[in-house]
Amino acid sequence: MNDTALQYVLAAIVVLPLLGSVGALLPPPPGLRGRGPDQAVLRHGVTVTGAVLILSVVLAAGFDHDHPARMQAGTDLNWIPALRIHLHLGIDGISLPLVVLTALLTFLCALYSYFHLPAGGSAKSFVALLLLLEAGTLATFSVLDLMLFFLAFETVLIPMYFLIARWGGGDRERSALRFIVYTLLGSVIMLLGLLLIGVKAGTFDMVALATDNGSHLSHSTQLTAALAVGLGLAVKAPMWPLHSWLPDAHTAAPTVGSVLLAGVLLKMGTYGLVRIVLPDTPGGIQTFAPYLAAFAVVGIIYGSLACLALARQGNGGDLKRLIAYSSVGHMGFVLLGIASLNPTGVNGALFANIAHGLITGLLFFLVGAIKDRYGSSDLDELAGHGGAALYGRAPRLGGLLAFAAVASLGLPGLAGFWGEMLAMFGAFKPGADLSRPAYLTFTALAAFGTLLTAGYLLTVVRRVCMGDRETSELRPALADVRAYEFAAWTPLAALTVLAGLWPAALLGLSEPAVRSLLGGH
Amino acid sequence: MASLVQPVDWTALTPVLIPAALAVAVLVADLFLPQERKPLLGWVTAAGLAAAALTVIPLRDGHRTTFCQPGTGGGCSYAADHFTLVIQVLVLGGALLTALLSIGTTERIPAGEYWFLLLSSAAGAALLPASRDLATLIVALEVTTLPAFALVGLRRDDRLSSEAALKFFLTSVTATAVSLLGISFVYAATGTLQLNAVAEGLTHTPDQLHTLARAGVALTLVGFAFKLAVAPFQFWVPDTYAGAPLPVAAYLSVVGKAAGFSGLILVTVVAFRPYAHVWGPATGVLAALTMTVGNVGALRQRPDVKRGAVRLLAWSSIGQAGYLLVPIAAAASADDPAHEVGTTVAYALMYAVVNLGAFAVVALVERTAPHSRLADYRGLYASRPAAALALAFFLLCLAGLPPGVIGLFAKVAVFSSAVGAQHGWLAVIMAVNVVIALVYYLRWTALLFAAAPDATPVLGKDADAGTGADAAAVRTPAGLTLAVALTAVAGIALSGAPQLILRFAQGALL
Repeated sequence: MNDTALQYVLAAIVVLPLLGSVGALLPPPPGLRGRGPDQAVLRHGVTVTGAVLILSVVLAAGFDHDHPARMQAGTDLNWIPALRIHLHLGIDGISLPLVVLTALLTFLCALYSYFHLPAGGSAKSFVALLLLLEAGTLATFSVLDLMLFFLAFETVLIPMYFLIARWGGGDRERSALRFIVYTLLGSVIMLLGLLLIGVKAGTFDMVALATDNGSHLSHSTQLTAALAVGLGLAVKAPMWPLHSWLPDAHTAAPTVGSVLLAGVLLKMGTYGLVRIVLPDTPGGIQTFAPYLAAFAVVGIIYGSLACLALARQGNGGDLKRLIAYSSVGHMGFVLLGIASLNPTGVNGALFANIAHGLITGLLFFLVGAIKDRYGSSDLDELAGHGGAALYGRAPRLGGLLAFAAVASLGLPGLAGFWGEMLAMFGAFKPGADLSRPAYLTFTALAAFGTLLTAGYLLTVVRRVCMGDRETSELRPALADVRAYEFAAWTPLAALTVLAGLWPAALLGLSEPAVRSLLGGH
Repeated sequence: MASLVQPVDWTALTPVLIPAALAVAVLVADLFLPQERKPLLGWVTAAGLAAAALTVIPLRDGHRTTFCQPGTGGGCSYAADHFTLVIQVLVLGGALLTALLSIGTTERIPAGEYWFLLLSSAAGAALLPASRDLATLIVALEVTTLPAFALVGLRRDDRLSSEAALKFFLTSVTATAVSLLGISFVYAATGTLQLNAVAEGLTHTPDQLHTLARAGVALTLVGFAFKLAVAPFQFWVPDTYAGAPLPVAAYLSVVGKAAGFSGLILVTVVAFRPYAHVWGPATGVLAALTMTVGNVGALRQRPDVKRGAVRLLAWSSIGQAGYLLVPIAAAASADDPAHEVGTTVAYALMYAVVNLGAFAVVALVERTAPHSRLADYRGLYASRPAAALALAFFLLCLAGLPPGVIGLFAKVAVFSSAVGAQHGWLAVIMAVNVVIALVYYLRWTALLFAAAPDATPVLGKDADAGTGADAAAVRTPAGLTLAVALTAVAGIALSGAPQLILRFAQGALL
């Protein structure tokens, strides 16, 4: 397919959910009323996200896989000349997998909600917010203008806030407010950094800035900009110690909210680091990389220890909170890979990004399903003393949970393995001018973190999936995986296996693009 | 002495003359109109303001000046340049929306006086950006504010209203007195009132007059700070807004502020340019203080306070004034201040549209919930989805978050001017303020979509309105609907094409 056609496909991917979001608020046209207003609008959501998914698959198919480092499907329109802002879209091997992942996860969420709408507000606003969220995330991964990136970055805040505050559980309003205040504070500081880059370099164009590799920016400008932009993105990623909004937000969010938050929104932070900070301010990130790596490793250890504590019997740990903390750990690997500043590490980070999206998305779906069935996600309530015996009561659900857990702990052959291994591999031999002994320590600690990860995930499997015979024969029987749940989860499980067995599919895409972005190092 | 007779360019003056002439006409017409035809006056006023705003079109090349001193090199007192025209459109448009807000919502206020005062004040506000000497500037400023005192106090039966008017009056008179003293010092030091000549004169004041000139500059600015409700002179705003009739509060928050800001820009950037190293940092500090005070004040608003919605908008308008000051502070160190001035103007235009929109929705809700508490907005989406969506959009624009794209980019422009002028500290303080502001705007937005508290719909609080079914049936005045629709359409159009107003930030003004 030629580039002009792809260009329209990419533009449609960004615009379609936006239009769909507005459309969801309007009354359904005659002939599309369905069985009722709720059903009609939920179907609208599935249709739009489905169309976006198809478009993104078309985009992936039409993408020139021989030149993944080149920006493809580019559109460049002058939008606000006063601020030198262009409507500049384009994808390369780094953003393509994220676009497809986002489209897939949002579609699965829409599908899941079609059959199982969380209680809270009207279906209409739910679908409108979901589509707005999709538009924001897809735009984040496909824009090539710093200000547009900021706009897209901010677009997701309001929908996510309302998804948590209206359809969530527990202390939802406070958690939602905390989420939005933290991320907004981060992103406004990021804006200052982006403006500094733009004002000093004279352009907001990400392609031009990446080609320049910071040659138009003085070292002190690069330091300030890298710090400001990095801080904003680190809140989103999240990096320890800026992660404290995450566990609350995840615990309170409805299932689809958690899936998208973990699967897609966190990736915006790490994507920004790779796309903006690494190439645009190479001098700045060179200075901060060891600190980033140190915080990343602390995050890995801290996240794992928190999970271990939550998984222990008698601590009343919440399963959703546990998965949220495990995200802090996993995103720590991604950050460590980025901080290694070499192609291996950054490729690993990007791979781990996708893998985390697939696996943690699946885990949140599963935990949401368990919560629906038990009415609680408190581990002690679920498992009691002997264990919840999910293998016995709902064997397919139990099996899938065990699968997702071992995928998350990084079993070779599944997606979780490659990213974290490559990230550590990268940190083992960090980029030039980075202190090798420090990075060796980080690598060792991260490796220890994988042990801890295995520890708590296996504890969860033991407590939730296993159990004694009495529990497994309890009545009423627990509903096993339903058809729509299968439909929503199978793609994630299949892709986890595929990415684990054939990592070259992803790495082949990101490798050349990463090399060109890292030109300044 | 033929040279003493100045040729007057009446075309250039039309944006000021139309509201002024109409003010008198309306006042006289009021005497002869029977009671039931009085609403006509409102529509005449609105039409006149619209016509006045349209007369800017033939002037758009922006080269006209009038009231010039005879001879070559003599300055002019009235200039219809691009800056003037944009601000005139802003204030006349703002006054037009205020008029639309007032039609049908101000039944208890004497009509003739109300429209007369509104038009007079609008005429002053339209004159202000065009004035190019200190005397005209002060006269215009007074023409803008004097009718406003009366407007604030027009609700005769309301004690709060008179108290608000008195507070406003005393503050404003003090401000004028201080400004006049400052201007007299400047006059003494430079021997002229023409803005450009003052700038010239200040560059080579004799040594013994330095202190005098500096004191004059400082006092003039303090006077403007009072008028603009810049912290620490902001205390009168919340009470005045809460006590005034709602359209008047909207008028003050937009037109009053815009007029004041255009005056401040003229004084600082044009007249006191040689003292930029003095007023630049001072404006920066005032900006930081103002936005912090305003936003923290808004944050502390409780949802169950009477007239809480207006109070919140009052505090938020103080916060927004802080953002408006940031580019002015940046202009002090810029080589070409046109960019920064343009940024302030662009921000003011955005603010005018969405703030008037927010006030319009508040006026709408006030008709059925006269206490106008924030709590009355709970569940508005369920009873009036369009109004709730519009208000949510306006609030998000004020907060600067998508889908309020124009609010976001106006803020980006302001941030950009601060970063460009190396005012990193100011940018960081503003960043923190944007986050504080988000909390209260979002709280209000969230209320709109929250489930209604109980079976009795919120909008039925008024005993006369009866049950909720009647509440929806309370007739919405056409003017109000039009005002909400106009502002919403403008806001959405600007969000799609921010260049429409952000082009002023490119710097074609002044």
